[in-house]
Amino acid sequence: MKIVVCLKQVPGTTEIKIDSETNNIIRQGIKNIVNPFDTYAVEEGVRLKERHGGEVIALTMGPPQAVDALREAISVGADRAVLLSDPGFAGADTWATAYTLAQAIGRMAPYDLIVCGRQTIDGDTGQVGPELAEMLGLPFIAYVSRVEEIAGGRLRVRRMVEEGYEIMDAPLPAVITVSKEINVPRLPSLRGISKARSAVIPAWDAAAIGAEAAKTGLQGSATRVTRIFFPQWVVQGEILEGEPETQVAELIGRLRESGVL
Amino acid sequence: MEHLLNEEQKTIRDLVRRISEEKIMPARAELDEKEKFPWEIIGILAESDIFRVFIPEAQGGLGGGCLEFCLAMEELSRGCAGVSISYAASALGCHAIVEYGSEEQKNRYLPEIAAGKKLAAFALTEATAGSDAAAIRTTAVKVDGGYLLNGTKQFITNGGVAELYTVIALTDPDKGARGASAFIVEKGTPGFSFGKKEKKMGIRASTTAELIFKDCLVPAANIIGKPGMGFIMAMRLLDGSRPVIGAQAVGIAQSALEAAVDYARQRVQFGQPIINQPVVQDMLAEMAIQTEAARSLVYAAARTVDSGVKNFSQEAAMAKVFASDVAMKVTSDAVQVLGGAGYMRDYPVEKMMRDAKITQIYEGTNQVLRNVIAAELRKPKAK
Repeated sequence: MKIVVCLKQVPGTTEIKIDSETNNIIRQGIKNIVNPFDTYAVEEGVRLKERHGGEVIALTMGPPQAVDALREAISVGADRAVLLSDPGFAGADTWATAYTLAQAIGRMAPYDLIVCGRQTIDGDTGQVGPELAEMLGLPFIAYVSRVEEIAGGRLRVRRMVEEGYEIMDAPLPAVITVSKEINVPRLPSLRGISKARSAVIPAWDAAAIGAEAAKTGLQGSATRVTRIFFPQWVVQGEILEGEPETQVAELIGRLRESGVL
Repeated sequence: MEHLLNEEQKTIRDLVRRISEEKIMPARAELDEKEKFPWEIIGILAESDIFRVFIPEAQGGLGGGCLEFCLAMEELSRGCAGVSISYAASALGCHAIVEYGSEEQKNRYLPEIAAGKKLAAFALTEATAGSDAAAIRTTAVKVDGGYLLNGTKQFITNGGVAELYTVIALTDPDKGARGASAFIVEKGTPGFSFGKKEKKMGIRASTTAELIFKDCLVPAANIIGKPGMGFIMAMRLLDGSRPVIGAQAVGIAQSALEAAVDYARQRVQFGQPIINQPVVQDMLAEMAIQTEAARSLVYAAARTVDSGVKNFSQEAAMAKVFASDVAMKVTSDAVQVLGGAGYMRDYPVEKMMRDAKITQIYEGTNQVLRNVIAAELRKPKAK
């Protein structure tokens, strides 16, 4: 099986600073980590490879330093990695990101499975996985919490839905996003770290993946972040006064008024 | 302090630190309370190649020296000394094979130890032979097809959980220590059983048990090195493992220091954090000085072992004695800084104090090791 795992390097902090001009995250001076949801995708990819054989390719789009995230994926079992990096890719929304990833994955054909995390902790949209499937014209299953079976060119998974689980199957190749219930990601191994350190990771630019400039980065983005702000969280208490009876009557009245009762 | 570690050494330190913080620290209180052997953590260490550190590359290891082993040990001990000694005992348990075993023995036994699939143990101590290790009574009588072992080993770390044992027994009782030999005995060999599991003051996650040999037939091929060399080999192996116990003590002390500083920053008395009190600052500074001094001596001793010098008894003994005395003092002071809270089992420092005590006792009591150092000093020096 050839398994492609998509991952993203995100700021490893809750104190995120926003560029007031572009409304994008300022990444300078912040320690970066692999998006925690993507670590489950990497682990699942590696487990499937261990079960079915084949290889796991880690893929990310990002600035040159995103190569660290790919090395981390290799240290926990990915066989190789590809970095998608081009000044033209900067400022991409989920649509332009998915387009870029799809172009790169197209260059990796034939492949059997594409695994993504359910969402990132910085953008939080959860859109790249499904958009990627759409662009590649592949079946898509979200929030996979267990891969039940891969046999006869088909994939059977269990996915989380609001009130329980669904068992779904799909022909391969397919795209899945995984939830954190799916596994416990392993820690790196010493030999894995050593392999990651010496791994040669190719960087593909727009030309290498045949991407149209108008479809990548900020100019290829269908959406613009117009403003990012912390919501005002106002909690105001009020103490009712008077005899208990009048207080209760007042309280009931207020609750009815606000639609609680 | 800059200890001039290379990339590989830093990688070992950083990865084991991460395992310690993410996997061991959250589990240590329960392991200690329930005297539960840390199988799950052993599995994680195995997956992360940590058992490969002390095995030669030819047998699937990473070929690390004493310093690499010490770095892993220190970080594991920051998490839990009960876990770390279970790890180190596996190294000591197979180290006779690494140093003195035949190629056949190495290839047969070491790959599984490197992979962490099997643990090893080292069995020298007996009821009558502690510091006076030469007083062992377990015998190995030459018979058809091998040696017949009889006797009981006491206080054996990893006893029962290990699959592979290095056992020191007398092949020629008349010669005393010079008649001792080292044997590889596998768990499950008929005539080899386990006695009582000890209830300990500290390092309670580790297992300590008696090994009982009753007409236990061990193939002649399982003798390590030459017959009669067992005692000399054992003494040399223990010399080499003393910096590792020093590293364990440094890890315990470091952990206690960190816990004391954290607490002193948060604990408010007389309207301010107690870390603002000069008397507390004085204690913390002293703890930090002692811990760093111990670390420097341990690393220096480990580098001496790795340098290939023939005799490192003195350096190894110094590192073990100094670091373990520091661990005892620092953990006791950490309990003091935490006051009443420190005495409670809700906080980790009382466990560290219980764990620290054993480092002054095992792998040669600090009293015996001071004798070793003094003996080296008394030797006439060649000019």
